[in-house]
Amino acid sequence: MSNTQTFLDTLNARSQQRGAEPTWIAARRQAGAARFEAMGFPTRRDEEWKYTDVRAIAQGNFALADNADFSQAQAAALTLPLDAYRLTFVDGVFSTALSDVDALPSSVQVLPLSRALSENHEAVGGPLGRLTGVEFSPFSALNTAFMEEGVVVRIAPGTVVEKPILLQFLSRSGSPVMCHPRILVEAAGRSEATLIEHYTGEADAANFTNVVAELMLDRGAILHHYKLQEAPLGDMHVASIHVEQSRDSRYSSYNLNLGGALVRNDLISDLNGQGAETNFYGLFFGQGRQHVDNHTKVNHNAPLTFSNENYKGILDDRAHGVFNGKVYVKRDSQKIEGFQSNQNLLLSDRAHIDAKPELEIYADDVKCSHGTTTGQLDEEAIYALRTRGIDEATARGLLTLAFAGEVLEKVALDVIAERVELAVAGKLPERFNLAGLVEAAVSLND
Amino acid sequence: MLQVNDLHVTVEGKEILKGLTLTINAGEVHAIMGPNGAGKSTLSAVIAGKDGYEVTQGTVTFEGQDVLEMEIEERAQAGLLLGFQYPVEIPGVKNIYLLKSALNAQRVARGEGEMPAPEFMKLVKEKLGFMKMDASFLQRAVNEGFSGGEKKRNEILQMLVLQPKLAMLDEIDSGLDIDAMKVVADGVNSLRADERAILLVTHYQRLLDYIVPDKVHVLVDGRIVKTGDAELAKELEANGYEGIEEFVA
Repeated sequence: MSNTQTFLDTLNARSQQRGAEPTWIAARRQAGAARFEAMGFPTRRDEEWKYTDVRAIAQGNFALADNADFSQAQAAALTLPLDAYRLTFVDGVFSTALSDVDALPSSVQVLPLSRALSENHEAVGGPLGRLTGVEFSPFSALNTAFMEEGVVVRIAPGTVVEKPILLQFLSRSGSPVMCHPRILVEAAGRSEATLIEHYTGEADAANFTNVVAELMLDRGAILHHYKLQEAPLGDMHVASIHVEQSRDSRYSSYNLNLGGALVRNDLISDLNGQGAETNFYGLFFGQGRQHVDNHTKVNHNAPLTFSNENYKGILDDRAHGVFNGKVYVKRDSQKIEGFQSNQNLLLSDRAHIDAKPELEIYADDVKCSHGTTTGQLDEEAIYALRTRGIDEATARGLLTLAFAGEVLEKVALDVIAERVELAVAGKLPERFNLAGLVEAAVSLND
Repeated sequence: MLQVNDLHVTVEGKEILKGLTLTINAGEVHAIMGPNGAGKSTLSAVIAGKDGYEVTQGTVTFEGQDVLEMEIEERAQAGLLLGFQYPVEIPGVKNIYLLKSALNAQRVARGEGEMPAPEFMKLVKEKLGFMKMDASFLQRAVNEGFSGGEKKRNEILQMLVLQPKLAMLDEIDSGLDIDAMKVVADGVNSLRADERAILLVTHYQRLLDYIVPDKVHVLVDGRIVKTGDAELAKELEANGYEGIEEFVA
């Protein structure tokens, strides 16, 4: 039996279980399944997947979770200590008990996708799939075929959502399951919000998450989007994020990857109106045999649009990182500015990075730059620290943290910045583990 | 406290120090002066353990320990601290991290245990005030984007927090305007103590108006050619190094 067939069988069993659905949903599902069946899983012969082998997913046998059982205490230990509107998914299944969006103002609608689909909210059918179609990748096709859970966020014009909207995805240990969450955000004109996706779970989990996010920013809208990926080290994680930006909108992505055995993120911004700005900040830390792949793309489809990207990778042991960043400037999109930087730090001889920045420019009056560097730590700085009595291992640890710090200083939510800093410090090889020092410095700030 | 005996050092095959001998006792402030290229910075770099300097002959001992056999960090932990002429920028490493980890590394090496956070904060804030530096500076990266004067103040701040037994200051006055020079000199003078020694390496006499040394050594062509008291620095100011070189010849 082919790998593809295993997934299709699971899909068919689910469809029979589910019963009749509104026509538009069934049609989408069918299109997704057909597309996935036709394409199959990508292989390394596909240019987009050249450095990432997904056989660990393709050859897996993942069931679908049928409940969201998880104790409050377990969830509390994993959750971000933040005052937020909270939606919790356990192995992809929405948990009413672990969610709290009661205090939302009427100008913000946050709806679990399961409810939107079962109540046949017509307004959802239009935008859903508009940015990420089934053609985008076999994973987006698979996601469309399976879509049941996720969230629809609609923010009314001019609304400033004071608290972050936190979507937490908890992965349980046990026999492997998969989930295909779908996130849809429609941010109306001049609205402002913070969206956090947080992936975490039980240490022994080995599940597959395949998420698709479509984020639509209308004129002047501002969206701060955090993706804190702390999935268990046995988890597979594939994410496709598409952002559509109208005139004068501003999108900032903080893509922080610490967990997962096999991780692939696709992040794409379409800058469709003058004055639109997009900021991509990324940090990935890999150890053991973790594989972390970040593909990003900025499409400057209109003149006077701005993009700024800074991705940093730290890789230890036999970890493998991939960075592929494209900046595309459409014909005659003049006066655009596009900056991209990718820096990687290899802490071990066996760690590996494939970095590929790409510029594709069809206009002449533009300011663009890109660059990628991969290296080791600055020996002169290590010397300077040692002359202060700091041993070499700690000096290397401090400089590694500093390397991550250049991305983390952009993170406005202290809870997240400090958590990631601690995680990086704690993940450093024991010989230069600095968790104690970071904790002390954090407590000094309080 | 520090004994340098017949020290010969080569850099990239060229002999820079050619038999330098120097003794510094606790409680003393020494100044080493000399023209460019005499080997002033080489001496402090060798004592601090910088790469690229080959000791071909001679010894350096600090409180009876063979300095040349010690790791770089062990020298600092033993109380031997160098203030750089050109402090290195360390992007992303906050000053607070540097100070805290350096102080605790020293204390642990001495078997004292780490300093509790509130006590550490109190100490640092007091020293910051003394150096007329703002507390926000603690969250800034070490020397990154600092002016020349700020970098030098930062070197002295580290000295005040770390309280070395022997503070070596390499051209600490270069690039300072008069106000910054006074702050830096006040900082150095506050370090003067019976149990501590200070070694100033400088090209100009001006610094020595503010930090009056007990002994002044003239270093020419890799050797100390003359030693005197603070008056010697004034003579050098008046007559220049040429007079000394003629004297040597």
